[in-house]
Amino acid sequence: MKNKYSIISLIKNSFSYHENWQKAWGDPDPKKEYDVVIVGGGGHGLATAYYLAKKHDMKNIAVVEKGWIGGGNTGRNTTIIRSNYLWDASAGLYDHALKIWENLSQELNYNVMFSQRGVMNLAHNLQDVRDLKRRTHANRLNGIDAVYLNTEQVKNFCPIINTSPNIRYPVLGGTLQRRAGTARHDAVAWGYARGADEMGVDIIQNCEVKGIKRSGDGVEGIETTKGFIKTKKIGVVAAGHSSVIANMAGLKLPLESKPLQALVSEPVKPIIDTVVMSNAVHAYVSQSDKGELVIGAGTDDYVSYSQKGSHEIVEGTLNAILELYPIFSRMRMLRQWGGIVDICPDASPIISKTPIKGLYFNCGWGTGGFKATPGSGDLFAHTIANDEPHKLNAAFNLNRFVSGDLVDEHGAAAVAH
Amino acid sequence: MFLIHCPYCGEREQSEFKAGGEAHIVRPKQPTELSDDQWAEYLFMRKNIKGVQFERWVHTHGCRKWFNMVRDTSNDEIKAIYKMGEKPPTKYK
Repeated sequence: MKNKYSIISLIKNSFSYHENWQKAWGDPDPKKEYDVVIVGGGGHGLATAYYLAKKHDMKNIAVVEKGWIGGGNTGRNTTIIRSNYLWDASAGLYDHALKIWENLSQELNYNVMFSQRGVMNLAHNLQDVRDLKRRTHANRLNGIDAVYLNTEQVKNFCPIINTSPNIRYPVLGGTLQRRAGTARHDAVAWGYARGADEMGVDIIQNCEVKGIKRSGDGVEGIETTKGFIKTKKIGVVAAGHSSVIANMAGLKLPLESKPLQALVSEPVKPIIDTVVMSNAVHAYVSQSDKGELVIGAGTDDYVSYSQKGSHEIVEGTLNAILELYPIFSRMRMLRQWGGIVDICPDASPIISKTPIKGLYFNCGWGTGGFKATPGSGDLFAHTIANDEPHKLNAAFNLNRFVSGDLVDEHGAAAVAH
Repeated sequence: MFLIHCPYCGEREQSEFKAGGEAHIVRPKQPTELSDDQWAEYLFMRKNIKGVQFERWVHTHGCRKWFNMVRDTSNDEIKAIYKMGEKPPTKYK
């Protein structure tokens, strides 16, 4: 049983110099057999294990992670959360996640620092204006809060934006989702890990999957660096490495893995209290609680697993940032890094069964998976437990690339790819 | 960022080039006879290899010619470059 985190536990532990806090999750050796093994200990994988234990009454679950939990894209993204996607299927999926976010800290008894500071998307040309207006209408028909702002309203909402008509790509308007915002990415992984561990999930770190053992039309288990683990159900949530795992099972996925970069500046006093994204010039920025500007850059166009991208991608993003926010011209950047994102041809994820019985994939989140973490875990758990998709993720099946029923979200995905 | 040796122009910065994805995917000879599964395989399914991969690149801001490249995607090391229509080097197969 985990001790509850509260103001009282904080005071109590201060008397022992915070040296006796209970361990949030264990470090078990793998058992011989599990009912379900989740491959990938990021936010999505840990959330999947958490909801399998919590909502589907499964107890014998393991999460295997090749590094440390939350050390992949969960710890590398720019923490933006929103649900203003165009199509009905996406609206259902992302708003399901947003609704869970709104109560997640209470549910997990772990402060994920969810902050509904609003996300603004800017329009820089006539087509942007039309597309964003269309998306605003689509959002509202799906019950998602969205408003369209003109240039003056954009300036009022975020005064540091340069709205001069004389810049190369002037701000013609924008959309605003007020329920959107940010969260602390590490805390999401840690909160789900703690919650899952409490319900008996084995979180096995430093355990890389080396092979998938097939039998007939199903699976028998996984070969790992910590030995063979027997299981009838494998849920793969390996982000950029999804194709690598799929190839082990003789499966091909419609994915390409590419580097996506982000960077943070030196910490400064509060200057931007919302998230501003701009597809056309490719710049998005928010400010972390530590005061750093968090800036998202774009993807490189070649396949790479090297977790580093090209400098000109960063340069292009910073050019756009400086034109939109001249006030940042003397800021210094502290850190820059890359993550490997698995991109689907339609910029929508895959949460699906596969032709192999007992093998499930949750992948293809591309440049924007963090926002969906709780919803993705919940729906993937449902899919694994029932061997059937939930109605909210039915459209995100692997077969859509055969049937042609794609969910094209290139417009709402915000990162050009 | 890395340097790429264009088979027509010589060594140039990577920013002059565009990646064109996996190489040697053969265009269907009889498109009308393809099943949906075969179309999906041709259009969408990719090996997406971590390791040595065969790919197409184009020198967009240069001679604008396409060529093939053998590259290790785990560390971005370029192993070989050869022109369109040439046989891929066998030692990386």
